[in-house]
Amino acid sequence: MTDAYIYDAVRTPRGEGKPTGALNEVSPVRLAATALAAVRDRNGLDTSLVDDVVLGCSEPAGEQGAVIARSAVLMADYDQCVSGVQVNRFCASGLEAVNMAAAQVMSGQADLAIGGGVESMSRVAMGSSGGAWFADPEVAFRTCYVQQGISADLIATRFGFSRDDVDAYAVESQRRAAEAWDDGRFEGSVAPVTDENDAIILDRDEHVRPDTDMRTLAALNPAFEKMGRDMGFDSVILQRYPEVERIEHVHHAGNSSGIVDGAAAVLVGSREIGESLGLKPRARVRNFGSIGSEPSIMLTGPAPVTRKVLARGGMETGDIDLYELNEAFAAVVLLYMRDLGVPHDRINVNGGAIAMGHPLGATGAMILGTLLDELERRDLETGLCALCIGAGMGVATVIERV
Amino acid sequence: MIDYTVDGDGVATIAIDMADRPMNVLDDDSAAAIGETVRLAIADDAVKGVIVTSRKNDFMAGADLTVLLGERDPRTHMRRCRELQRIWRDIETGGKPFVAAVNGTALGGGFELCLACHRRVAADEPRSLIGLPEVSIGLLPGSGGTQRLPRMLGIARALPPLLEGTRYGPAEALAAGLVDAVVPPGSLLDAARTWLREDGNPVKPWDERGFAIPGPRVQSPEGYMLLVPAIARLRERTRGNYPAPPAIMSCVYEGCQVAIDTGLKIEARRFARLAAGDVAQNMIRSLFFGVGAANRLKRRPGKATRRTFARIGILGAGMMGSGIACAAADAGLDVVLLDTAPDLAHAGRAYGESVFDKRVARGRMTETERDRALRRISPTTDFAALAGCELVVEAVFEDRAVKADVIARAEAAIGEDAFFASNTSTLPITELAEASVRPRRFVGMHFFSPAERMKLVEVIRAERTSDDTIAAAMDLSRQLGKTPILVNDSRGFFTSRVIGAYLDEGRALLAEGVNPALIENAARLAGFPVGPLALSDEVSLELEQRIIDQTRAALGGDFVERSGDAVVETFVRRLGRPGRKAGKGFYDYPDGGDKRLWPGLGGIYARAADQPEVETVRKRLLYVQGLEAARCLEEGVVSGPEDADVASILGWGFPSHLGGVLSMVHTVGIGTFVSDCEALAAAHGPRFEPPGYLRALIAEGRRLYAA
Repeated sequence: MTDAYIYDAVRTPRGEGKPTGALNEVSPVRLAATALAAVRDRNGLDTSLVDDVVLGCSEPAGEQGAVIARSAVLMADYDQCVSGVQVNRFCASGLEAVNMAAAQVMSGQADLAIGGGVESMSRVAMGSSGGAWFADPEVAFRTCYVQQGISADLIATRFGFSRDDVDAYAVESQRRAAEAWDDGRFEGSVAPVTDENDAIILDRDEHVRPDTDMRTLAALNPAFEKMGRDMGFDSVILQRYPEVERIEHVHHAGNSSGIVDGAAAVLVGSREIGESLGLKPRARVRNFGSIGSEPSIMLTGPAPVTRKVLARGGMETGDIDLYELNEAFAAVVLLYMRDLGVPHDRINVNGGAIAMGHPLGATGAMILGTLLDELERRDLETGLCALCIGAGMGVATVIERV
Repeated sequence: MIDYTVDGDGVATIAIDMADRPMNVLDDDSAAAIGETVRLAIADDAVKGVIVTSRKNDFMAGADLTVLLGERDPRTHMRRCRELQRIWRDIETGGKPFVAAVNGTALGGGFELCLACHRRVAADEPRSLIGLPEVSIGLLPGSGGTQRLPRMLGIARALPPLLEGTRYGPAEALAAGLVDAVVPPGSLLDAARTWLREDGNPVKPWDERGFAIPGPRVQSPEGYMLLVPAIARLRERTRGNYPAPPAIMSCVYEGCQVAIDTGLKIEARRFARLAAGDVAQNMIRSLFFGVGAANRLKRRPGKATRRTFARIGILGAGMMGSGIACAAADAGLDVVLLDTAPDLAHAGRAYGESVFDKRVARGRMTETERDRALRRISPTTDFAALAGCELVVEAVFEDRAVKADVIARAEAAIGEDAFFASNTSTLPITELAEASVRPRRFVGMHFFSPAERMKLVEVIRAERTSDDTIAAAMDLSRQLGKTPILVNDSRGFFTSRVIGAYLDEGRALLAEGVNPALIENAARLAGFPVGPLALSDEVSLELEQRIIDQTRAALGGDFVERSGDAVVETFVRRLGRPGRKAGKGFYDYPDGGDKRLWPGLGGIYARAADQPEVETVRKRLLYVQGLEAARCLEEGVVSGPEDADVASILGWGFPSHLGGVLSMVHTVGIGTFVSDCEALAAAHGPRFEPPGYLRALIAEGRRLYAA
């Protein structure tokens, strides 16, 4: 098997995913093209050598539809010989895209590929691409579909994380993100989004709230309580978890991932192509995988996929120097840490989606880049990146510096 | 069968008139006859338009359910369904305008025939019921109802009538969009003719190019906003036990994304699946045939004509007495409501007032009706006021001495031929009858709380109760709009015995260290309205303790302590947590908040390390009831499985998808049920030991029900 190496990882800043957000004026195809152009320009890449561009997108409808990856390739002025494919693994689409790009290299079917993702949540709302999962009565009924926040609240209830626990995690995420930005740790990998005149539209994550503390969070009402009660979701999920008397709703906008816009791209290739182009490999993609788990609690996939991927690589949790687990909801990360015995100072060390936001299709590629940057900064070897995913899936990737 | 005429203006009338039937129904013969006549009318060049109506008082009830019951081959249902759909579609696409002149009740398949017509005009008959009630017996409208209604009304307006099975009066049907016009009965046919003459569009919107369903499309954000919570609420309500409502939603969801002819195929396949399945079969058997037979007083002894009561007496104006008074006044009877003090008796009438006020507020009763009903209730403390009452029901404190006293004083006041009924839920009627000077006219009438709403009455035959008295109690039950079940005297009668087994099992599970949330949720998942611990609190543990004490005293050495009796004693005597009324029992009842399981439970009954599967808990809670009901059948407490089924559904909300407590045993299969119970007996004790009656049925190759 050929080894796949990461040569570069770049992302746009994340803009608030609402009409007043800075990136609302930028189309998703331009966001994706921004990331692709940055990869090309930073590496002086002859794009005709890129075999494929795999982009994750969680709502591939409207202006994110029709294989946005190919449109982004063309908009970024890549050589027209470069193909594009859009993949959807919901929240892990961006990481899945990198894994697929790497898989093409590892299987010897490509020399150079780009994996990444894009999501303009301010322009293509969640649910835009529809889906049997929640709208088809047969599927929703059988799988006890509930809104994701209800699942997160069940996790908190079932595993005993209090409102204070989840809020404290969120405060720390904000603190870490602010510190990382202030320390310039993201700057090397963030490509500003510019307009037609090269004026900067956004060059820094817009969602971060460094002044967040327990008191400001305490003022927020649980976001899913009313929905859980009035729309029947609490009852539906308790039909799967009858050992729980009632759901304690603890999640809110301040301890859940932010809704944002953004894009990312990761350049992956064989050792030979890197050598021929004079590129320095930064890390090897060691292994990756995906799993499914119980769909209504939905967000407990990261621990089992981590175990699966580690086992396949002949590794243990102790072999991992740093973790990135997407901060979809605070309870997801708290459960993961408890389940796998991961100390807080080795996971999401520069904050995460609670502070900076979660552009669904792009996040996986973004946090993989964050992980790689931090391994280099601390001069550590091995990192693992994972995400919880709709309908109970999980994806994880292990990288090691070379 | 069909009265078919064509007049000089080219208006054909198809008037359905089934011989030997009180109501038109859809069966193979009537469907074929309608189909043939429709073909004739469409083929006849002289016919310009068609009126479809009925020669009977009502338009048409739905399908003939005797045909459905016992038919377990989905292919048969599919064939029937497709045939009806074809005929209705012929009406719709034959190129001639059809108007349904809905002269009376039109339900189910009968109303789907109306939906196939190009217009629906209904007579303003207050007794008429219009709608698609299939879901209430586990089915879906299988001849186009799930396809035409959303195409007419949009998804949002079409779902409630389909999912709730609402039966509308004509005005409500008009407001809901089910009919196009409501006219005085005398001008129904004229209105139909006028429409044929002045409009008569023979093409449905969905058969025109460019048709779009009104309101949001399925695949749109608005469509999802509608569907996603609707699915969750449906699952909340049905707990996954009832396949019909989600099947209806699927028909609407899928059907609205394809052409109607494809939608009809989707609908027919789902109908066939439901109709052949256990749930529809159980619901048809118990809710339609079982309740129907009970309401026709199948068990009423003798041929004597039914009595109509004008005046009854009620002793005790507590919750139960007031509720019965309320039901009686509502049914037009004069009620003497007696209690020991004037304010108590008046409080009984005030309860009725509050019930009626709520109905007035909801528009279900006029103020005049409320005032008239209230005037019928005469509160008193004077036994002499009972003079002229044809029947007296006592609902006083559950104590033999207290009851004996009121029996004697009431019997002294009422006529020789008046009846006396006891509403006791715990004391054997035969023992109470010892206080009566006329034990042949002494009967048990066990109402359920709240009595103005609960449909079941256990009519209890004591040793010396006469047939005539049984008949009288049943007649009164029907007059009050109740469904009577005949029960032979036994401690706890039928319902209290079986509910008792349910509550006891809940407490036994608790004592074993099973997670209380799991116990309660398992019961709710099984389909019970409340879990056994919550119900224990409602009934009151204190009352349970009293019953245990009384039973122990009465039976002496024969008393057998049940598995959960010690739990009752612990809560009542040691912990002082006697139940809901005291604000504390198995649950806490915070002011203004939802009840929560008492956090101290875990300290009393340590949580077992190994928790059972929810399915095991569910099975125990259900099977313990099935066993007790089978013992009642064995002992002749109830006369047949249908009585047990009806009583269990109406009395304590036994899940109707299981068809009631013995239909459950029938559905599981007696053999499987008995062997499962043997395993449970080995694990949990002799209360799960199956009765000889069931073993005998197996040995004789018999079943509880033929179908």
